[in-house]
Amino acid sequence: MTAGPCLEVEGITKRFGGLTANEDVSFTVNQGEILSIIGPNGAGKSTLFNCITGFYRPDAGKVLFRGKDITTASAHKICKLGIARTFQIVQVISDMTVLENVMTGTFLRTYDRKKVREKAGEILRFAGLYEKRDFLGTNITIADKKRLEVAMALGTEPTLLMLDEAMAGLTPVELREMIGLLRKVRENGVTLVIVEHVMEAVMELSDRVVVINSGRKIVEGAPKDIVRNPEVIQAYLGDRYNA
Amino acid sequence: MKKPTVLQAVFYAALLAALLAFPLVVKGTFPTHVMIMVFLFAMMGVAWNILGGYAAMFSFGQAAFFGIGAYTSTILLMNYNVNPWIGLVAGGVLAALMGAAIGIPCSNLRGHYFAIASIAFAEIVRIHFNNWKFVAAAEGLSLPLLPDSLKNFMFHSSKAPYYYIILVFLLLSVLICWYISTNRMGFYLRAIKESHELAKGMGISFVRYRLYAIMISAFLTAMAGTFYAQYILYIDPESVLILPISVQVVLVAMLGGAGTIIGPVIGAAILLPLSEITRVWLGYKGTGVDMMIYGALIMVISAYQPQGVWGYLTSIRRRAK
Repeated sequence: MTAGPCLEVEGITKRFGGLTANEDVSFTVNQGEILSIIGPNGAGKSTLFNCITGFYRPDAGKVLFRGKDITTASAHKICKLGIARTFQIVQVISDMTVLENVMTGTFLRTYDRKKVREKAGEILRFAGLYEKRDFLGTNITIADKKRLEVAMALGTEPTLLMLDEAMAGLTPVELREMIGLLRKVRENGVTLVIVEHVMEAVMELSDRVVVINSGRKIVEGAPKDIVRNPEVIQAYLGDRYNA
Repeated sequence: MKKPTVLQAVFYAALLAALLAFPLVVKGTFPTHVMIMVFLFAMMGVAWNILGGYAAMFSFGQAAFFGIGAYTSTILLMNYNVNPWIGLVAGGVLAALMGAAIGIPCSNLRGHYFAIASIAFAEIVRIHFNNWKFVAAAEGLSLPLLPDSLKNFMFHSSKAPYYYIILVFLLLSVLICWYISTNRMGFYLRAIKESHELAKGMGISFVRYRLYAIMISAFLTAMAGTFYAQYILYIDPESVLILPISVQVVLVAMLGGAGTIIGPVIGAAILLPLSEITRVWLGYKGTGVDMMIYGALIMVISAYQPQGVWGYLTSIRRRAK
């Protein structure tokens, strides 16, 4: 593993017409850590996410992945370099089986069909979906789809996994399972960036948290410090509670 | 891909044996002609399926590739005395390059827009050929008659050799489609069909894979075009470049089952005999009854079984499990 940060975001600005979705956002993600990006609805988290993963091109700023400038790289190239992502609105291939879905991911690094199938099977065991490998993507529950999405992303053998609200809408039990899965992913040496609303998960998983409001980064720090930060409280709850 | 069971293996072997024996057993040229048309359109359906069935690129312009194949080999044979088999490959390559040339600007077009662009492309090609002196414009080209031989790709005494050639072409197309669908490209095309975003997120260059799909589809369709020219021995824009050919190809694949390997073959096996037989039995009266029956069948299948015949059979099997 190379020394130095996994991901460096430097002064990202993204405008849509007159609306500035991100303004001069900078942060660093260290190798092997879990970093959460939180903020109220419409704060610009997903835009930031899309700027990093190559789905949007930022108007200013730079994104460095393991020291390499990926600001203008296309999305599929970024994935090939080792950043995998999931989507806010869960996306799996509906007319493929669960196993085939993961195989689509594992084909990125291997051409041999047998090896791809074996590796996809391993990933499904890891993600606790092996029993459902022959179900069609469209026929599994939302919670399973979310886990499948993570499994598909893992199939591409990422060094950095970026999750866009992977825990929204899960029941408490499902949430425990997802948190457990993400812990295991990290133990395997994958760095994680998660955009999340579910604070329970954020508090439990994150090493550090970046808070975004109105497109700007307002604070960055350990989870327990973040929740006591007056600016964060103000952003979420409004002025009245800012004692 | 599961290993076929013994029963399936026996079934396929028997089917292949029956197909091989067909022209020897059945007398008369008409049944053989119908079978040749079935194989020809099955082959084009399989080629279309790589585009439309797997990658959701609904091409209504396959006639352009068909025509390019037919014209390339014919022009090479007539003007430069090039062997039709070489012409076949040349036509395929040219069609693939044309496919790439329209595929690159159209690579971001989705669904209906791709369909519209493909119609426009095919119509431009047709109108151009209708006015192009070098290819005898609307007059069309009659192929020079050469002695019967496999090397000349020409047989006057019997239709049987054509039958076997197009059967081999069809099997080759099915094999290519099977290989694609079980390997990386098939998975990638299906991911692209689901969503461009999802595909990009999984490291798939959808421009590149869509381009591959167009080029392979164009090559196979052009092969069918060369076959048609060598079989009918006369081509003009109205017989090889018109929209109804493209539509027929789409219907064959959709009715049989888009996105499956064998679907288009089944579609062709149902539709082509139907259209040929209704045309011969009823068409001469000039009442259009043949087209009405044909149209009614299409409506029934699309209303009640939109996944096609093969899709229907698969869903029965799945339910039975």
